[in-house]
Amino acid sequence: MSLDKNLLSKLAVGDKHGEDSPYFDGWKAYDNNPFHPEHNPQGVIQMGLAENQLCSDLIKDWIKANPHASICTAEGIDGFSDIAVFQDYHGLKQFRQAIAAFMERARGGRVRFEEERVVMSGGATGANETLMFCLADRGDAFLVPTPYYAAFDRDLSWRTGVRIIPVECNSSNNFQVTKQALESAYLNAQETGIKIKGLILANPSNPLGTSLGRETLQTLMDFINDKQIHLVCDEIYAATVFAEPGFISVAEMIQEMDHVNRDLIHIVYSLSKDMGLPGFRVGVVYSYNDAVVTCARRMSSFGLVSSQTQSFLAAMLSDQSFVDNFLKEVSKRVAKRHLIFTEGLKEMGVSCLRSNAGLFVLMDLRQMLRDQTFESEMALWRIIIDKVKINISPGSSFHCSEPGWFRVCFANMDEDTLQTALQRMKSFVLRHRENKKKRKSFQENLKLSFSSKMYDEHVRSPRLLSPHSPLVRT
Amino acid sequence: MGLPLMMERSSNNNVVELSRVAVSDTHGEDSPYFAGWKAYDENPYDESHNPSGVIQMGLAENQVSFDLLESYLEKKNPEGSMWGSKGAPGFRENALFQDYHGLKSFRQAMASFMQQIRGGKASFDPDRIVLTAGATAANELLTFILADPNDALLVPTPYYPGFDRDLRWRTGVRIVPIHCDSSNHFQITPEALEQAYQTARDENIRVRGVLITNPSNPLGATVQKKVLEDLLDFCVRKNIHLISDEIYSGSVFHASEFTSVAEIVENIDDVSVKERVHIVYSLSKDLGLPGFRVGTIYSYNDNVVRTARRMSSFTLVSSQTQHMLASMLSDEEFTEKYIRINRERLRRRYETIVEGLKKAGIECLKGNAGLFCWMNLGFLLDKETKEGELELWDVILKELKLNISPGSSCHCSEYGWFRVCFANMSEKTLDIALKRIHEFMDRRSGF
Repeated sequence: MSLDKNLLSKLAVGDKHGEDSPYFDGWKAYDNNPFHPEHNPQGVIQMGLAENQLCSDLIKDWIKANPHASICTAEGIDGFSDIAVFQDYHGLKQFRQAIAAFMERARGGRVRFEEERVVMSGGATGANETLMFCLADRGDAFLVPTPYYAAFDRDLSWRTGVRIIPVECNSSNNFQVTKQALESAYLNAQETGIKIKGLILANPSNPLGTSLGRETLQTLMDFINDKQIHLVCDEIYAATVFAEPGFISVAEMIQEMDHVNRDLIHIVYSLSKDMGLPGFRVGVVYSYNDAVVTCARRMSSFGLVSSQTQSFLAAMLSDQSFVDNFLKEVSKRVAKRHLIFTEGLKEMGVSCLRSNAGLFVLMDLRQMLRDQTFESEMALWRIIIDKVKINISPGSSFHCSEPGWFRVCFANMDEDTLQTALQRMKSFVLRHRENKKKRKSFQENLKLSFSSKMYDEHVRSPRLLSPHSPLVRT
Repeated sequence: MGLPLMMERSSNNNVVELSRVAVSDTHGEDSPYFAGWKAYDENPYDESHNPSGVIQMGLAENQVSFDLLESYLEKKNPEGSMWGSKGAPGFRENALFQDYHGLKSFRQAMASFMQQIRGGKASFDPDRIVLTAGATAANELLTFILADPNDALLVPTPYYPGFDRDLRWRTGVRIVPIHCDSSNHFQITPEALEQAYQTARDENIRVRGVLITNPSNPLGATVQKKVLEDLLDFCVRKNIHLISDEIYSGSVFHASEFTSVAEIVENIDDVSVKERVHIVYSLSKDLGLPGFRVGTIYSYNDNVVRTARRMSSFTLVSSQTQHMLASMLSDEEFTEKYIRINRERLRRRYETIVEGLKKAGIECLKGNAGLFCWMNLGFLLDKETKEGELELWDVILKELKLNISPGSSCHCSEYGWFRVCFANMSEKTLDIALKRIHEFMDRRSGF
């Protein structure tokens, strides 16, 4: 007989870890039956994971040419003991400098980052949580425009007790956040006695794949400055921007908007997406607020970057020609994948939200929904996982206010697999369209009204809608 | 005459509030534990360049066995072999690996290493190992999982000063001390346990567990088996958890003198007893690799393992580091040799410093583990108070240029005790430190 759950904290027994979300169901389906071109060509293709596998060759080449960067090689072993004992939460100076330089180059050299403001964290996951701990008390809230990265629910709230107040955006203006939506969300919160401490968003956006234009950024900064609340910009996808309007960082806006209180501005960064190194857990908190830098740095003790990793990256990222070439290639390769995928979808009559960044697109399957409800979205999603065998992420898991949108990742596989996925989508979409036509003509001819239960069964197995299906006779 | 301050504030100078957590001083950095570090940073001892600088004896680092690690890595080159010509796919997989279960090979290596340290007297299941970025993160994480804000953990004094931050800062959990004293070598007694528990209850504070460090920091001594058994009984009776931070388990001078709580649990079938036991470990002390941020939680409670694993998302171990260490720690021939030689070198250091201090007329607590000794300077105090102790500490820092840690920063209830680290310097530097102490004692007795 085991201990009753009361012996753990409320935090531990709650579900704010977020893993009961459907976001993870698809992963489970994938884990149980993962696609492999030779060993399991019928398996589930993972398109729910925003990973960047496009540029690892560039990094591997650099490593082979620079054995001194590793503390385990004959060339680098002399540095081993100094690195191994280094646990100063300021981080290795060369590392901070290299990160600051990398961040600058990812913004086309249009901004300067001070290495003393670079604070480490356990990935962007750790960085976002740390900032919440620094900026808000338990029960306070942060505004977050929807749709947003599913794991924000856990990262911002779980251990901090900070609440998320969604700011609804919709497709009428390509999900751009408006002053109206911000003001309205802020007012509603105030009226219910909730204290808003700031606004947090990802730019470029996950799952939209869009970067903010200058005007929107101005709106955001004026809004937070007016309310004197914080602005946290998660710029984790900065280097994946491949088209207009290019990447405009909040760091650039600060230079232009002198009147905005800099103590309110904080940037989150990481190498997990731009460089495809999620395993190395390199998160950065960059704040313009000295007190936040000090506090976040103290908190970084709970999530420092391994000194081995700091040392390696310090060497690689201070190689300017490598960095410049790398950044150029990331953008180029992401653009190419984006084009292949969106064109492929276009050919089958499926459109996506117009995007210029990120490792994914937001696919518009609203036409394929039985009705514009989230139940229908989930039903469609289940078919795509179970029958089409592609794991994609339903918009509801990103708190999208409109059903029918799905995030599909395209940078975590090779081109052949991407084509296979497109093929499967094509067959599915065409079949679905066929069945829809047949269903429509059935309805017109027979004037039958199906109970919603039977309808669900039809949506699940379109094959049953052939004229010979026993179900039709009832 | 200037303008009143508030009129001088420009519109950009609105003072913006940070959280209560941010403005509190529970980060603990104002403690004298850290003041000495600053003095060291400003004037660090160096054999050739600064022989009269401050010798750092306040940092519990293990630098005595690096050569063993370096020669292993140079020979076997686990990182290079992964990223060399034939290991090309290895790099990408590793760089992408952010699964919070951790690299299986690394978990297996950790389990086997922990088993070896305990002489095989306890076995560890790799699936119960949760990885965190250092024991710092592991202790905080366990606190988040086992206690709610304003609850308490009971911790025997004297204890590691970092606990004040790690267990309390962001969690909002309190520490209620279990007072121990020199009358019985600072061992935990059942009376002290009950008293601490009662103190908490009297203030309406809910106790969720007991957290011990075994071997102890700062005492440098292992916890006796009987005491562990009593502790576990106590936790069962009060229906609370037992956390054992065994970060120094590989630094016990004689393996036979260490009993891990894992050994006690090994012989228990009752799940409701086992499930309250959790062990914290790290490679920062035994292997001297604090920079790599390798900590672990080992729990006999499935819920805790699952939750800790999820929570470790905020503090995962670099996959690059996991990979490098996996091959090293699963080389049993290497680890057996390392553990043996490391113990031996630490023992010799300990004997050197204790004997050196004895010659200077200073006694230490009888220790058998760790990277430090627990020195008694009570007889030198002008006043047996915290102030008296800090005055003496300041003298030692300014006159002897030695940074050591005052017992009060470890919440010791007796004044005059100091923790002195000996494993983070060369033998020569240790000699110089002892010489300075000798001379100081000579001066004091008027020679």
